[in-house]
Amino acid sequence: MAVTIDIAQEIMTAHIIGDIDHHNAKEMRETIDDNVIKSQVKELELDFRDVSFMDSSGIGLVMGRYKLMQETGGTLKLINVSGHIKKVMRLAGLDRLAIMDKPSHGEKGGKEA
Amino acid sequence: MKPINSMRLSFEGKSVNEAFARTAVAAFVTQLDPTIEELSDIRTAVSEAVTNCIVHGYRDRIGTVYITANILTDNRITIRIRDKGCGIADIEKAMEPMFTTAPNEERAGLGFAVMQSLMDKVRVTSKEGRGTTVVLTRRISCKEA
Repeated sequence: MAVTIDIAQEIMTAHIIGDIDHHNAKEMRETIDDNVIKSQVKELELDFRDVSFMDSSGIGLVMGRYKLMQETGGTLKLINVSGHIKKVMRLAGLDRLAIMDKPSHGEKGGKEA
Repeated sequence: MKPINSMRLSFEGKSVNEAFARTAVAAFVTQLDPTIEELSDIRTAVSEAVTNCIVHGYRDRIGTVYITANILTDNRITIRIRDKGCGIADIEKAMEPMFTTAPNEERAGLGFAVMQSLMDKVRVTSKEGRGTTVVLTRRISCKEA
């Protein structure tokens, strides 16, 4: 499973695991989008804690989810972004598009959903 | 300049091989004792170029992707990534940030922009109907005590 989903109240956390490249991105985005549409959350948090690698497919993944949340009137937050992942995101100016932050609730991501 | 070491690789242009390609090149570069950041930069640029071969070069078939990597005496690495696919009609246009001919892939059209940001030099040659070659050059910092 490349993405695990936690939903707590109006916040959905998508915990992405592994490499975000062209090969893996499609399944990741389908899992995230299906859950966003089904549960109609106000905030989507993409958690990069366990992302080991990312190329421009990851930029596309973030930009696409940003558009989706804009369409549904919600917000997008990127959490646990560090090192190389942050560098690639900054190349594309994603730090100006979405809020890049520490997790807003519980360090390990709440399991209550 | 004559390379002091080189390697060649060819593999089927299946998306599952993108991870194999960038990992294999990174493993070869390791002998220059690069920093983690330098290695991540190279892995990312190779991933972009190989994905371009698969998504664009061979858009409607599976073809072979060829990689040659050379280590030069001045701690430089050159990585040549080649496909025998459809080629690029307008290279300048293709290298413009956000330009893409495959919007459904949702890859932002930033492949070349990312390669250019992370490498010292990116050279692209292409012939329509014959294929595309991307040469990435990067100098690895010397860590002398």
